Amino acid sequence: MGIVLELEKITKIFPKVIANKDVDLKLEQGEVHALLGENGAGKSTLMNCLYGLYRQDGGKIYVRGEEVTINNSDDAIKLGIGMVHQHFMLVPELTVAENIILGLKSAKEPLLNLAAAEKKIKALSDKYNFGINPKDKVRTLPVGIQQRVEILKVLYREADILILDEATAVLTPQEVDELFKVVKKLTKEGKSVLIITHKLEEVMALSNQVTVLRDGEVAGNVRTVDTNPTELANMMVGREVLFEFEEKEMDLKEVYIETKNLKVVDKKGVTRVNDLSMKIHGGEILGIAGVDGNGQNELAEAITGMIPFQEGSVVIKGVEKTKLDVRDVYEQGVSHIPQDRHHTGLVLPMSIKENLVLTDHYLEPYSNKGVFNKDVVDEHGAEMIEQYYIKAPDAGVPTRELSGGNQQKIILARELCREPDILVAVQPSRGLDIGATEFVRQKLIDQRDRGAAVLLVSTELEEILQVSDRIAVMYEGEFMGVVKNGEASISEIGLMMAGTRRSNIESQGEVE
Amino acid sequence: MGELASVIFTAEFLGNSLRFATPLILAAMGGVVNERTGVLNLGMDGMMLIGAFSAFAGSYFTGNAWMGVLIAVISCLLIGLLHAFCTVTLVMNQVVVAVAINTFSMGLASSLLRTLFGTSTSALRSPGFENIAWPQALQDLPFFGPVLFQQTIFVYIAILAVPTIWWVFFKSTWGLSIRAVGEYPKAAETMGVSVTKVRYLALLFAGAMGGLSGAALSITGLNTFIDNMTAGRGFIAFACIIFGRFHPVGAGLGALMFGLAQGLQLRIQTVGIPMPYQIPIMFPYIITIVLLVAMGSGSVPAGWGTPYYPDEE
Repeated sequence: MGIVLELEKITKIFPKVIANKDVDLKLEQGEVHALLGENGAGKSTLMNCLYGLYRQDGGKIYVRGEEVTINNSDDAIKLGIGMVHQHFMLVPELTVAENIILGLKSAKEPLLNLAAAEKKIKALSDKYNFGINPKDKVRTLPVGIQQRVEILKVLYREADILILDEATAVLTPQEVDELFKVVKKLTKEGKSVLIITHKLEEVMALSNQVTVLRDGEVAGNVRTVDTNPTELANMMVGREVLFEFEEKEMDLKEVYIETKNLKVVDKKGVTRVNDLSMKIHGGEILGIAGVDGNGQNELAEAITGMIPFQEGSVVIKGVEKTKLDVRDVYEQGVSHIPQDRHHTGLVLPMSIKENLVLTDHYLEPYSNKGVFNKDVVDEHGAEMIEQYYIKAPDAGVPTRELSGGNQQKIILARELCREPDILVAVQPSRGLDIGATEFVRQKLIDQRDRGAAVLLVSTELEEILQVSDRIAVMYEGEFMGVVKNGEASISEIGLMMAGTRRSNIESQGEVE
Repeated sequence: MGELASVIFTAEFLGNSLRFATPLILAAMGGVVNERTGVLNLGMDGMMLIGAFSAFAGSYFTGNAWMGVLIAVISCLLIGLLHAFCTVTLVMNQVVVAVAINTFSMGLASSLLRTLFGTSTSALRSPGFENIAWPQALQDLPFFGPVLFQQTIFVYIAILAVPTIWWVFFKSTWGLSIRAVGEYPKAAETMGVSVTKVRYLALLFAGAMGGLSGAALSITGLNTFIDNMTAGRGFIAFACIIFGRFHPVGAGLGALMFGLAQGLQLRIQTVGIPMPYQIPIMFPYIITIVLLVAMGSGSVPAGWGTPYYPDEE
């Protein structure tokens, strides 16, 4: 079959950075082509050039053999290119139908003609078994369904080249299976799909061909049948990757942190954490798995004092409290790696050394009677940069100017150098490349080995499985089950992530 | 007390209130469109002031009230364009731009007034709009006559503007683009809707409506211009939008309520209820504060007040 899309020597230069350099890519009709690369390898930039959100500085784009210029997303849509964005481009306050016809001329322009659109959407939805009601408001739909709306948006415009950007990032394992089925159905109909991903399993399971990007350049282009995950990982990173951590039998210490019937209700009155009780001992990592938005973040924020909880209590090293205060919690020996490093983790315009003392700045030796001890802060900054391999010219650089990985290392340095007894880590490797991810996970394990109690919240199941001693699966504010790592199969965890209690899952022969 | 109420709440009072509400409705209908595209426009008072002045000046020099309206609309379109250029193209802080526009407008109107008309303006009158000459039978209708059939054209434009904007918002493709741009500009952009274009057009529309609103203030009876003639009505129109939860009908009802408050204060003064005259004059402003506090900022467009940078991830 023919080539529907060809990128030839695409180059995109941002101030200071070459995001793409001479990238070639050929998409065959009816195939799934994977664009694989680490975060920051230039995948998104490349796709934004293709979709008209950026203009490339060099190179050519051919669609069905003809050279094209794509100035905006409208041009891309007219060429039959549709994109399903990683962060859904859906307006939550609008209905499914309104979202889908947004930007299209209606047959009765300027009249909306919603009824006709709703009918067509229903028919499309039925064809692919999406089960979507076009009249529903998007904000009321679960994430998996919202993604289908994104796909419908593209199909409604009769696109035959689909770009899926990190499409599985927010889905449960079951939802991923469903998505894969849809993609296969689409290619069977002759549509061509480009998937952007950093997940090797996804590439192996779904694609016919792979192009690997590294540092903005093509590091390899192979048929999927001719390769294997190890080879792809090496291409992606440019060195051998060992993703296994040393297993150590730990002696459990006493319970360091405990919640009793904790209930968190957010400002909108939605119950985020519901009657939740748990215990974490010193020397263990409790990993909380779950689809984003099921109360994990609220749990972490409640026990670190960032948000109030309405009922129940938190026991930190034997002291039971019904109300927490952030500074108090920190002084009890709790450290917190917050979910969003830009909003709560760092003060971006401030320098590295200042960010490094944010938690303990008022204490000796960093300050003395309210006056900063500049020399100590400087020295501490330099020391941490060295210890945590932070890539920066010096400690006076604003953290805004650093890459995500280096920013995360600053937070790690700040939170870990005080040797906490309890560490609450939320999405600690989100958005990091393989190297930085490895570093972060190793640090978590080091903390456990030192005897700290670690609460790890992650939506990456792989991360949970790699480092946790026990795994709790959270769904709508409750634990669906707590298992020792290795006791439950992936599909069992997946079912729990989708809201089935462990006690209701047919035992598949595991030992308690 | 019942007797007092019957003296105050007359058909004439309602007619007056509707007339007072008219500039507010016009400004609020313009404002609700640009607010819904996500641009915070606190500069409506300045627009109205320029509108009121240029309507008066235009009408005075051309001798034609309609030319006054045209000049008011054109002047306010320019202010709207300036606002759009600053907030959309230059991505400046929207509050700062609004403060600048309000200060600039007040200064401009006052200086032009003195330059063009000298320092004593009390005697100057421009041509203005009379009440529409409905058949006498309609004007004489009990109750409805004074309320609906003894009004200038602006009252009818204002009344028609509300359902028109509602239709545009919820029944037309333009409205869908407006709402999407205000909620999630990036999503709209990926669907081929130009955020820049929508926001420019919305601010220009708000400008045009600000011009009409100003004209409705200066050349519908008073037919003159005095310093700071709007007396904060642009901000009250803004309060109406918040009160109406960014819905044209809600905003229109809000404006009507302020009209009633103003009609009431006038009525209380004429009827001669013994209280310091400053107290009834405060009514509309007190209502503004109370409503803004009570309604809070629920259901604001998610992208409200946030500049859109096309090239940012």
